[in-house]
Amino acid sequence: MTPEPPETVGAAGTLPTNDRGSFSLDVEERTIPIAIREWIGRLRTGDPGALPSVLGLVVLGLIFMQVSDKFLSRYNIGNLPGQGAYIAVIALGLVFVLLLGEIDLSAGTAGGVAAGIAAIGIFNGQLNGQLPDLLYWSLVVGLAIAAALAAWLKAWTGSVVIAIGFVLVVTNLTQHVVPGIIAAVCIGAAIGTLNGYLVAKVGIPSFVVTLALFLAWQGVVQFALKGQPVPVGQVKLWHDLTYGTLSVLWSWVFILVLVGGYLAYTLNTSIRAKRAGLAHDALALVLLRGGILTVVAVVVTILASDNRGLNRYRVVDGIPVPAAIVITLMVICTLLLTKTTWGRHLYATGGNEEAARRAGIDVVHMKVTAFILCSAFGAFGVVMLSSYQSSASLDLGAGNTLLFSVAAAVIGGTSLFGGRGKPRDAVIGALVIVIIPNGLLLRPSLDAQWQQVITGIVLLLAAAVDAISRKRSKRG
Amino acid sequence: MTEPILQISKLNKSFGPVHVLRDVDLNVYPGEVTALVGDNGAGKSTLVKCIAGIHGADSGEIRFEGRPVTLTDPRAATGLGIEFVYQDLALADNLDITQNMFLGRELHKLRAFLSDGEMEKKAREVLAGLSVKTVSSVRQKVANLSGGQRQTVAIAKAVLWNSKVVVLDEPTAALGVAQTRQVLDLVRRLADQGRGVVLISHNMNDVMEVADRVAALYLGQVAAEVMTKDSSTTQIVELITAGRSGDIGLAPAAANESI
Repeated sequence: MTPEPPETVGAAGTLPTNDRGSFSLDVEERTIPIAIREWIGRLRTGDPGALPSVLGLVVLGLIFMQVSDKFLSRYNIGNLPGQGAYIAVIALGLVFVLLLGEIDLSAGTAGGVAAGIAAIGIFNGQLNGQLPDLLYWSLVVGLAIAAALAAWLKAWTGSVVIAIGFVLVVTNLTQHVVPGIIAAVCIGAAIGTLNGYLVAKVGIPSFVVTLALFLAWQGVVQFALKGQPVPVGQVKLWHDLTYGTLSVLWSWVFILVLVGGYLAYTLNTSIRAKRAGLAHDALALVLLRGGILTVVAVVVTILASDNRGLNRYRVVDGIPVPAAIVITLMVICTLLLTKTTWGRHLYATGGNEEAARRAGIDVVHMKVTAFILCSAFGAFGVVMLSSYQSSASLDLGAGNTLLFSVAAAVIGGTSLFGGRGKPRDAVIGALVIVIIPNGLLLRPSLDAQWQQVITGIVLLLAAAVDAISRKRSKRG
Repeated sequence: MTEPILQISKLNKSFGPVHVLRDVDLNVYPGEVTALVGDNGAGKSTLVKCIAGIHGADSGEIRFEGRPVTLTDPRAATGLGIEFVYQDLALADNLDITQNMFLGRELHKLRAFLSDGEMEKKAREVLAGLSVKTVSSVRQKVANLSGGQRQTVAIAKAVLWNSKVVVLDEPTAALGVAQTRQVLDLVRRLADQGRGVVLISHNMNDVMEVADRVAALYLGQVAAEVMTKDSSTTQIVELITAGRSGDIGLAPAAANESI
């Protein structure tokens, strides 16, 4: 982007002598100085990206370093992913819905229902008989109807996923841990189909639909658990979702695949674009970015490979499982949004619904699929939450769960008005949210109440940055 | 004389008791700009929506390249090669120029993935083919463009698919002097490249300057179809406001009856 406003470049009547306009930027190689200039340009035209949230993270980090010297200890940092993963996962799902300018307030409690049912299935060995009868048969029939509904709304993948959930529940495969957790995600997808249908087809505002269901699912969780929390912490794999670590070897494999994949992809893109005569990043720029990522990843892995446990009888090393899960999901979401037609259409629908409709995009389909994904992520997020709590509690997914996730997405830079946001935002935002209680609890003399006050202030600041940048981008 | 590429004859459309279009005839020739003028409520938008397939016509015939066609859904018109540029542009601000031009018709590789490089190249070719010199990068977000540039993108989007007829609804309505100039040049170029262009406009200067042929709608009827070079602004304004001018236009009885 040129630093001067486009009008001056585009001043009509300027005759061919002025070649500045004719795609002059399109054949240029994006060298490091140009990339920096572009970045500053984006900041000035109101597209700050991840900068505010990263700055917020740094500021909070600096403050908490003063609060306690334990804050930067490897043990404490290693605990952060486990504490925040559920917020990040739910927020990743919310990004899809927020990109459309809609909201899903029910993702938390809907996830609670899904995770609660899965917990009962796994812990008690069967669903039929362990769930209240009415609820069990509602679940079976509901899954069948949701699969049909999703197919009717042309959400084929969603329909298949829900059908898988139906099979898992009916065949009682939910007694095993992995199928049980998969079933939770499928139940989430079914609930998402209902949200999508009510919002996109019936036309009820998403705020109202999901507010109503937020309340309703809360009650259903309590029915399902029959007033008795399920101690899922005793199920090894479920427990490990939060508290497990990859072995040192697998940590290195994970990091190498991640960094290697990124390097290979960016290099390949740059070289191909150069050959095709398109605008591309200079080799130096690609290597600089890749190099920074590699160094950070390698340093983190080295630090994580040492025993960080406080108890000398129990070794804690390797990358935490929740971190690996969140990073993997983030990469998948990013690819889905930036590299596929579905993602492009989602951004377009959020940016200008009418334009999307005129371009032949099935807007109803986009909304339904976004809600399905959101609730499916919600279900898995609450599985992570119950793993963190070591229990499928009676208020699973209720309370602040969803609000923290919305806050995470917004702090990260996702717009509530649709069209702007990235999966990365959700993860950085979740880190900001979770670092606040983490840092404050290291100093017991500070009252826990501060946690909510500070989280609130941070959210307000993020919303202010969003509003100001929207204003600026309108002017620009 | 070449055959009209789009030929509308005896088209009627009513909304309940309101007879909006009466026996409308309109011919669009390749390589010509046909201006569709008329006062508010004369039926211009309804006519365009009938061509686009958003409204079905009650009676009448539409011929495209000599063959009778039925246009009952928006896809049909697009499939034939008739593209529309609407007044409110229908661009997504949060996407860039290329993404907007290909919206809904993306190019793919490996079926599921977007082929951004190819789209970028083609977008540049189309813009260059229209001699657009005001765009510095096809990767600019549409939000950062000026009104004229946005209109340019909307028009380029319409010609991307080898369209044969382009219908533009008030393309210069919200533009400044210099930007109007750009867009009019572009409209002229579309026709010079052999497309049939329908230009809906309120601005007589624009019409006189860029159109070859003017069809004036008066209360749902075509008052007259005249060649721009044989007529004057005054004449066209009379056709718009009174339905007749001198000895052309609706018969006095018809003109009065409609009032």
